[in-house]
Amino acid sequence: MGETILEMKRISKEFIGVKALSDVNFKVKKGEIHCLVGENGAGKSTLMKVLSGVYPHGTYEGEIVFEGQTQRFRTIKDSVNAGIVIIYQELALFPDLSVYENIFAGNEVKRGKLVDWNQTIVKSKEMLRKVKLDVNPETLVKDLGVGKQQLVEIAKALSKDVKLLILDEPTAALNEDDSENLLQLLRELKDQGITCIMISHKLKEVISIADSATVLRDGRTICTLDAAKGEITENAIIKHMVGRELSDIYPKRASSSFGERVLELVDWSAYDSRLGRHVAKDVRLQVRKGEIVGIAGLMGSGRTELALSLFGNPKEYRLQGEMRLEGKAVKFSHTSDAIRSGMAYVTEDRKGNGLFLAQDIKSNITAAHLRAISSKGLINHNEEVKQALEYKQSMVIKAPSVEQLVGKLSGGNQQKVSIGKWLFTEPKLLILDEPTRGIDVGAKFEIYSIMNELIARGMSIIMISSELGEVLGMSDRIYVMAGGKIKGELPADQANQENIMQLATQ
Amino acid sequence: MELNQAPKRNASARQEGQGLLQEARTLIKENIREYGMYIALFVILLTFSILTDGLFMSSRNISNLLDATGYIAVLAVGMTLVIVIRQIDLSVGFAAGFLGAIAAIMLTQVGVPVYITIPVILVLGMGLGLINGVLVAKIGIPSFVATLAGMLVFRGALLQMTEKTGTIIVSDERFNAIGNGFIPDLFEVNGLHILSLILGLLCIVLYVLSEMANRRNKIKYQFEVISGPIFALKLIFISAIIGYITWILAGYNGFSWTVVIMLLVVLIYHFLTTKTVLGRHIYAVGSNPEAAHLSGINVKKITYIVFGSMGMLSALSGILFTARLQSATTTAGTLFELDAIAAAYVGGVSSAGGVGKVTGAIIGAIVMASLTSGMNLLGVGVSYQYMIRGGVLAAAVIFDVMTRKKRA
Repeated sequence: MGETILEMKRISKEFIGVKALSDVNFKVKKGEIHCLVGENGAGKSTLMKVLSGVYPHGTYEGEIVFEGQTQRFRTIKDSVNAGIVIIYQELALFPDLSVYENIFAGNEVKRGKLVDWNQTIVKSKEMLRKVKLDVNPETLVKDLGVGKQQLVEIAKALSKDVKLLILDEPTAALNEDDSENLLQLLRELKDQGITCIMISHKLKEVISIADSATVLRDGRTICTLDAAKGEITENAIIKHMVGRELSDIYPKRASSSFGERVLELVDWSAYDSRLGRHVAKDVRLQVRKGEIVGIAGLMGSGRTELALSLFGNPKEYRLQGEMRLEGKAVKFSHTSDAIRSGMAYVTEDRKGNGLFLAQDIKSNITAAHLRAISSKGLINHNEEVKQALEYKQSMVIKAPSVEQLVGKLSGGNQQKVSIGKWLFTEPKLLILDEPTRGIDVGAKFEIYSIMNELIARGMSIIMISSELGEVLGMSDRIYVMAGGKIKGELPADQANQENIMQLATQ
Repeated sequence: MELNQAPKRNASARQEGQGLLQEARTLIKENIREYGMYIALFVILLTFSILTDGLFMSSRNISNLLDATGYIAVLAVGMTLVIVIRQIDLSVGFAAGFLGAIAAIMLTQVGVPVYITIPVILVLGMGLGLINGVLVAKIGIPSFVATLAGMLVFRGALLQMTEKTGTIIVSDERFNAIGNGFIPDLFEVNGLHILSLILGLLCIVLYVLSEMANRRNKIKYQFEVISGPIFALKLIFISAIIGYITWILAGYNGFSWTVVIMLLVVLIYHFLTTKTVLGRHIYAVGSNPEAAHLSGINVKKITYIVFGSMGMLSALSGILFTARLQSATTTAGTLFELDAIAAAYVGGVSSAGGVGKVTGAIIGAIVMASLTSGMNLLGVGVSYQYMIRGGVLAAAVIFDVMTRKKRA
């Protein structure tokens, strides 16, 4: 130990208009387990994509030195040939192929020009032994649990003579036993001389396994902590992760007084039978009239799933527990029931499942509430244009006319259409999922102002957000989620970045 | 009939002091995709007219052409909606053939009167369409496969029905009139069909009145409208077209029942898709099914309705075809589905979903039928006919994709 295997020097990477990485330095010693931590959007995944050749040489600035040689990876294949293998959070396995086919996919064992399947099976058995996975190599990958699939991914990496193994949140989808197994395996691989970089949000894991840990924040290296010196502690990591100043970009609103409970959840659970696990478990939560309730948490903590389970359950989770709207227990069998009861959900993915991009602004705004502009099933087109014009004006949607196709608007204006569509339904409870993702600061401020105005009119808002600043700046009360559970509830005046992050990384 | 909707306007087009020509040019430029189809049809009609010394535009030929389009046009209307919601229906051809055979059997062997037979067949068609809808929406089979299976089943069923007797001759005159007959006339002057002329005139009056009411309403809401002269020009232009077609048809027995049915279907579906909540939901589901679901739209229900309507139109197509041939044959319905799909695509529907008009579908069907008819008159060999029609289909879609890209 001690010898440096990888050094990334002054790496900068820019996406159109956004600096994802600036002058990042990152050094990994041979034979260590090095954890990479940081908030969502801190640049961890981008850095690993630079390293593995997903972003080819030339699209970033800086230098990569691996095993003493400057590397210019043009493709993923280049980095794999050098011995760097990355395993993504969403596993890249072929579910309908067998374990052995997966292990050697893209790296087939050949005899002459043809694949030697017998030899493939023999070799895959050897790899499976290495990762201590006791399955028949002919099993289909889809018949394995996520934990075992993860091991197949590692076996696949080992088959490529890996020197540096990169794991992006490997335990995010695993239960505790599987996680512990995986960490144990990583320790053993370390003993065999394989260096490992692990991106993780779970600080307990980081503390238990890391030899060193580098903290990234806003695309910059903040520091590298060394376990041998006792530097890796929860407090230290959190302090470095969030040490950002809150800028004054949140409009102030008049002091708030809250009315009766609008929404109440009692032991609410949602089970996803496709994933075979609970996406939300034993959630207790309430929202009062005129209140903005923030739901913080890291990606994959179950916030969106919780929102969908309330909003007519379009993903058809198996639900348990009780949901009360204005004191009355409700059960929705379709999103239309939820809308009729006064709920609205602005999706986090406006292009994917929020907007009708090929349609114009007016039909998008009225889509969820056509009853308001129709009678007996007939649409009053003029009334529709009139209503849409009002929303276009009040929300300052910048477009030449309400007949403009939504697909051609900027992100901020699309988001306003997306919110306008739901305000048109005149909801009592508005759920905003990542309301300011991917939009510029000016549009953010406008959206915050709109939120304040809605609260003043007596609406209630649940805001799901990964941006801690936004959660702290806008919420009256904050719930923190992790692993589908509410890990804590904080009043706005007691919440800060540290205690939220502490709960979110449990 | 209102063939094109009030074109979309751009604020800049109506600024003071701009010439009419300028406004017209902007209008055409902005709506080129919509107008392109009409222009293409016009070019095709003109070309054949010149090449055949006017024979192509003769009353008799146009009347035949429209009658021969009917059973494909109604399918194309339904198919447009199916494609709009990102599905496909391959079973419609043999469904039409099969249902036509049932109609023939009911009329001849069972002795059911026409006015019962037709509704029964339409309902039966709807039922068959619903089965496709359930397979696709509820069970989750890709529509290509589900309806391919349907196509095979219906083909078999058609053979089964006609196996013993071979072709079933239908002698019911009222039934056959649907495919061959013309609307009755009050009296005849100089070989002109007066009732048809009156109907055509009525269409023009209704069209002008509805456009004017529309415009008045827009002004009442203080929306911008196209300038007066352009508006008048548009009214005159469309009225002239309706008038001309009426004049041509009136010169040869007048409107046939097929044409009347075809116009009714387009009118009803045009109304459904542009004026109703149901229509809006169909296009929403096509544009983005997930967003539609989250907007409270029942995606499954919409899928049932669209496939149900497709089934009903297949039944109508079967009735039209059987009546036209005055018999049910073992091969009735062969390749109808592909003709209908081609017509829908020529009419501007997009397989990406959410885009396409029923008025486009009927123009598409007429374009394809005109090609066949014109080339037949010119004596073009069948082999070339297929190649040319294929080329036109590809060209239409290429034009569509190009204009879409430019606008995006």
